[in-house]
Amino acid sequence: MKNEKTVRGRRGDGEKMAMRVIKINLVLLGLAVTVMAQQIGNPTYQQGVMPPRGIFVIRNARIVTVSGPDIENGSVVIRDGKIEAVGATVNAPAGAQTIDGRGLSVYPGMIDAGTNMGLVEVPQGANGTVDTSEVGDINPNSRAIIAVNPHSAHIAVTRVEGITNVVSSPTGGLISGQSTLINLLGTSPKEMAVVPNAALVINFPNIGGGGRGEGFGGFRPPFNLADALTQSERQLEEIRKVLRDAEAYGRAKDAYAKDNSLPRPDVNVVLESLVPYVRGLQPVIFRADTEAEIRGSIRFAEEMKLKPIIQGGDDAWKVASLLKEKNVPVIVTGIYGLPNRDDDNYDVEYENTAKLQAAGVRFCISSGDPGMEVRNLPQRAGLAAAFGLSKLDALKSVTLYPAQIMNVADKLGSIEVGKMANLVVTDGDLLEIRTHIKYLFIDGREVPLTSRHTELNDAFKNRK
Amino acid sequence: MRRFISRLLLLSFISSLPLSVTRAQTTANPTETLIRNGTVLTITHGVLPNTDVLIKNGKIAGVGKGLKASANARVIDATNKYVMPGIIDCHSHSMLDTINEGTLAVTSMVRTRDVINTTDPDLYRELAGGVTTLNLLHGSANPIGGLNTVVKIKYGRPADEFIFPGAMPGIKFALGENVKRSSNPNLPGVTRRYPNTRMGVEETIREAFTRARDYKKTGDEYRAAVNKGEKNLVAPRRDLQLEPLVEVLEGKRYVHAHSYIASEILMLISIADDFGFKIKTFQHVLEGYKVAKEIAAHGAGASTFADSWAYKIEAYDAIPYNTAIMTRAGVVVSVNSDSDERARRLNIEAAKAMHWGDLTEEQALKLITINPAIQLGIQDRVGSIEVGKDGDIAIWNGHPFSVYSRVDTTLIDGDIFFDREQDLARRADLAKERALLEQADPNKPAAQGQIPGAPRRRPRAQSDDEDVWEGERP
Repeated sequence: MKNEKTVRGRRGDGEKMAMRVIKINLVLLGLAVTVMAQQIGNPTYQQGVMPPRGIFVIRNARIVTVSGPDIENGSVVIRDGKIEAVGATVNAPAGAQTIDGRGLSVYPGMIDAGTNMGLVEVPQGANGTVDTSEVGDINPNSRAIIAVNPHSAHIAVTRVEGITNVVSSPTGGLISGQSTLINLLGTSPKEMAVVPNAALVINFPNIGGGGRGEGFGGFRPPFNLADALTQSERQLEEIRKVLRDAEAYGRAKDAYAKDNSLPRPDVNVVLESLVPYVRGLQPVIFRADTEAEIRGSIRFAEEMKLKPIIQGGDDAWKVASLLKEKNVPVIVTGIYGLPNRDDDNYDVEYENTAKLQAAGVRFCISSGDPGMEVRNLPQRAGLAAAFGLSKLDALKSVTLYPAQIMNVADKLGSIEVGKMANLVVTDGDLLEIRTHIKYLFIDGREVPLTSRHTELNDAFKNRK
Repeated sequence: MRRFISRLLLLSFISSLPLSVTRAQTTANPTETLIRNGTVLTITHGVLPNTDVLIKNGKIAGVGKGLKASANARVIDATNKYVMPGIIDCHSHSMLDTINEGTLAVTSMVRTRDVINTTDPDLYRELAGGVTTLNLLHGSANPIGGLNTVVKIKYGRPADEFIFPGAMPGIKFALGENVKRSSNPNLPGVTRRYPNTRMGVEETIREAFTRARDYKKTGDEYRAAVNKGEKNLVAPRRDLQLEPLVEVLEGKRYVHAHSYIASEILMLISIADDFGFKIKTFQHVLEGYKVAKEIAAHGAGASTFADSWAYKIEAYDAIPYNTAIMTRAGVVVSVNSDSDERARRLNIEAAKAMHWGDLTEEQALKLITINPAIQLGIQDRVGSIEVGKDGDIAIWNGHPFSVYSRVDTTLIDGDIFFDREQDLARRADLAKERALLEQADPNKPAAQGQIPGAPRRRPRAQSDDEDVWEGERP
């Protein structure tokens, strides 16, 4: 803790210390700046108050841009929520608050594209907190952004580890609903949303598996492959039918818009929500793990002219050439999973991404966790690097790659001028567990490094 | 004769099944192994750079520079590698065919030893994470559960060789939601098992120990009378349920108590104090940080998760600073897996105590080595690299606390049980063998008609929580 005097600790150190770090440019001190600094200097995180956007400059730091080469000793300027300047020689704008980055590194915030963040607080024994899975099989109009809870304890717990963005998805049925891509900061879903409706989620009918990832244990009927195949075909047909209906619905609406003399199509909210997806304007996430499910998903997406993303992808390495050929990206959630088969290599899931990388498949690494363990994302990426992925690709797999896959690389995933100022300042390698986060910016706002966990720690650590 | 030949063929077919994938390394094990020039994390005597570790007849015979081994010794070059004691997982359900005898509230008569399965492939995966010793615990379905088994992961050897000689016998206790059967549905016509509240849990344990104390007294009086020369007494009836509890009262059996919230931790300490025994470890103990001084005062250890939380209500106040707070309060703390999956990365789980709570590297390393050894009563055998201790070693290609590191070699009693190079070298052969098997007649799809049944998917990592309610069997 030798840096205690110059950097703000992660455990919500006192107000004075926080004030000390922020050196206001006295020459250009104006009233507006004073007011802002007082707000920023308040270390007590208030859920109901968004930290203000300011003008910040992080100086003398190692800048890991991810998209380009590292800048060994450079600066980043943040203004109005965006990255205004990056480089070895950058002039600090007037009124900027300076953070001394000596010995520190600046990274883009990490992104986890495979969570249910904010949709579930306590999965077991507290059903009232679970909003992941709607009744019925076809729920494209059920939208994560509606139910995502900005005040979930998982959010602050996750972001203080350097994860600034997640995709939160519904889980149930065949068509689960629509995912949302959010900043892990905001007092309302609207304030959090980066892409309110980011993707449609389809659980590719899995052969003989029953529900996917729902609950523990449970009775499973004796398995019969023939029945299971019939059932999954029937389920796929159900999805196909509603997507075809949505295509027709979209055409009917367009026709009516051009020619009011045509019969007016009745509004159908289910079909309405599917139109951007069946037209290939928005991506469709297929949850698929086995080789058969992944191949089936690609085939189905091609047939229906969808824009597919595979999520799960345990066996994606087996389908690498097809994924590459069809340019289908994979959100790999299973790095921590045990191998699915007794005779799999012990490291089959660890080295999945290295094999995808070698084959030229687009992928990103995700925790696949509802919320509480999303913070382990960097260690998962590190594990992939221990088994063949390059360290840079491991870093990209939780920053730039998910941004690209979710089509937000113009906003997120790297340190480039014009992108959203979602930045993490660390005292070491972002993926290493021994590294500590020193500063966190989301949407150009400096976020206090406090959470339910730091608060409970503060409350009990000195109990005598 | 034809029958004999067909049996022989069948036998050879069976023996060629891909068991070899999961078979331990079969290289002949010499009696002497020299691990040369590694960075040795001794745990108890600091970090020694460029140091050799000599293992003779399964025991560490030397730790130092420039050690000499006999001509036929196996030499492992550990230059630029890290050498640490094999990791000890103080809470595992690996290799257990079943973990919960959940029909009664007190099942101290059942033993995990009776259901160990030496062919569980997760054992090999754990070896590949540097783990060498497991505390196999009964599940958490009852306030007083079954007896534990401490094993070394001697994968590929007979069951008897797994058993850790001299490990203290133990028993699983459990408190809270699992014991209350909170997640079990209320089925029509089925009476819920007592207890249903944390009050009932206390009463159940207190009642069992009251009976155990009486049973012990009856036995003691009988033996005293026999020793005095009484000849016509009838021996008290043997009670398999109470015998292990008497051993707890006599300090001959360790209690490993699954627990979550602060009040139930204090409750069990209170019972133990009343009956004059000690809780050896609180397991999970996610709110241990709230009552760290009481745990320390009782002399109990704590075996916890690094950072799991919120998976159920009683885990909602869990914080990743738990390990550090309890350590600073003077509690002997270990970090465990309770999961075949998590067991493979206990190195990173331990390092989390440096990230959250700023433990030193040495303190963090102890969480998965000497501390769990103390908690299992095997600290004189394993948990550190010292002369005279067992040759249980994990060799890493980088510092075990780096996310970029992996295990190259794992040894138990000086024998190699995992070696990455050997594993990689066998893969091509195994792939061939698999292809061959897929062509074998029994595995071919029938020309027409019935599609062959696919094998059932393995259940994912078992943990206390996943096996509490298994649903109604048809």
